[in-house]
Amino acid sequence: MARTRYAPDRGLTARMTLTMFLLGLVFVGFVAALVGILSAVHASGAAIVVFPVLLGVGLGFGSFYWSDKIALRTAAAVEVTPQQAPELHGVIDRICALADMPKPRVAISPTELPNAFATGRNSNKAVICVTQGLLRRLDREELEGVLAHEMSHVAHKDVAVMTIASFLGIIAALLVRFSFYGELFGGGGRRDNNNQQALPILLIIMLVSIVVYAISFLLIRLLSRYRELAADRSGALLTGQPSKLASALQKVSGTIAQIPTKDLRASGAEALNAFYFVPALTSGKSLSTLFSTHPSLERRLAELAKISKQLGQ
Amino acid sequence: MGFLDTLLGRTKPVQPNLDKLFSLPSAAITLEAAAGLVPTGAASVCFRAAEGKAFADIENEVRELLAMGAGADVPRVEVSTDSYGFTWLLIRRPADQVEALVTDVHAVNSSLADAGFGPQLLCSLVGFTSPAGARLAIVYLYKRGTFYPFAPRTGETRDNALELQVRGAIEGDLPIEPDLSRWFPVWGAPGL
Repeated sequence: MARTRYAPDRGLTARMTLTMFLLGLVFVGFVAALVGILSAVHASGAAIVVFPVLLGVGLGFGSFYWSDKIALRTAAAVEVTPQQAPELHGVIDRICALADMPKPRVAISPTELPNAFATGRNSNKAVICVTQGLLRRLDREELEGVLAHEMSHVAHKDVAVMTIASFLGIIAALLVRFSFYGELFGGGGRRDNNNQQALPILLIIMLVSIVVYAISFLLIRLLSRYRELAADRSGALLTGQPSKLASALQKVSGTIAQIPTKDLRASGAEALNAFYFVPALTSGKSLSTLFSTHPSLERRLAELAKISKQLGQ
Repeated sequence: MGFLDTLLGRTKPVQPNLDKLFSLPSAAITLEAAAGLVPTGAASVCFRAAEGKAFADIENEVRELLAMGAGADVPRVEVSTDSYGFTWLLIRRPADQVEALVTDVHAVNSSLADAGFGPQLLCSLVGFTSPAGARLAIVYLYKRGTFYPFAPRTGETRDNALELQVRGAIEGDLPIEPDLSRWFPVWGAPGL
């Protein structure tokens, strides 16, 4: 029996499970609180909750279903054929054959910012997009490391997982907004009968939503960072070259910090952060570890060094 | 891959399927009878070398293993690295020894797999040629356990007609990869 060199990272798995469990718990608690508040005041306040929830479901589903189109359009990326980009396709062909995965579509974004992302609602709809800047700066083996990382996102169905995870945050945020405006404008005709009651209820819903939004925001970002680590890990094991991925990370994050972010924020790069290889960070480092979608460079390099050591034994 | 592995982001490298390779010799006979393609006596194994000493040791072991046959039975082995960073072991024998060639390839596979590096295996190919000069490789995909024909022409174009003709001929002997998007080109592969 062949031995396996690919020991699972139990700590990462445990932390990810705990994060997902907590998210689920917050979700259940949120629903219970809403039901509790609403049942205390007959059905009069239900409209203020039903509409944001429906809207949230619609938004979440839409951004999931059209994730490939939205992301490609935002990055101004164009799909390329094997004839147009033989090298890039060659690298992806080989990764797919190593990983036994169906081949995703391949796109190139004409930005100078070196980055890559994977999107698409399932592995048949998956698209891997790299920027011109990335192709220019990385050598072929570093590019392979980055693409293996992105392919791992596809294999882990990260678009679906993160959509479901962010769902709670979307609804909580919408509820905050709706109850805030509801309070401002006082709900029209109902003002005469239950004016006394309506105001505190909206206030309570708003407060609960704010708390849920804050907690879920932190948990979602935490989950996102764990999933980046998981993709780093799977990608590095896939190619057997953790150090190449580490060197790509170093190159890419070094350049990103140097490049001014003005034009790229105008083109909406921040909206895409969750699926990027390295986030395009704006200023401010103090709370960045808690709020960022990606783990710090040091953390990622340390994890990759561990894998490299394991492989060498 | 299980649902939980996906949910927890812990996909593992895929282990190779080594056994299907032994159906190649019978396909070689069919290929000669049906399409006039004869083996060139060259076969190659392609793998992604992992970094670190462990893999380098195994690679050396494999080379020594292949050089260990008795007298005239030793295959000629050449090692090269392609532009994608993949290592190719090219094994040559007289053209009529397809079975021995497959056994050599299997020796490489099983050494890597026994050392725990099975997931690093990419593909293996056996070269064929026609009297008219056409070149063809039967490529074996380790992770799928399937084969596909690859017929390069000059200038990085593929002879799709020949590939499909060959698929029809050897369908009965070998499991052919049904997903055509996985028939990736291996331009300039050693052994073609």
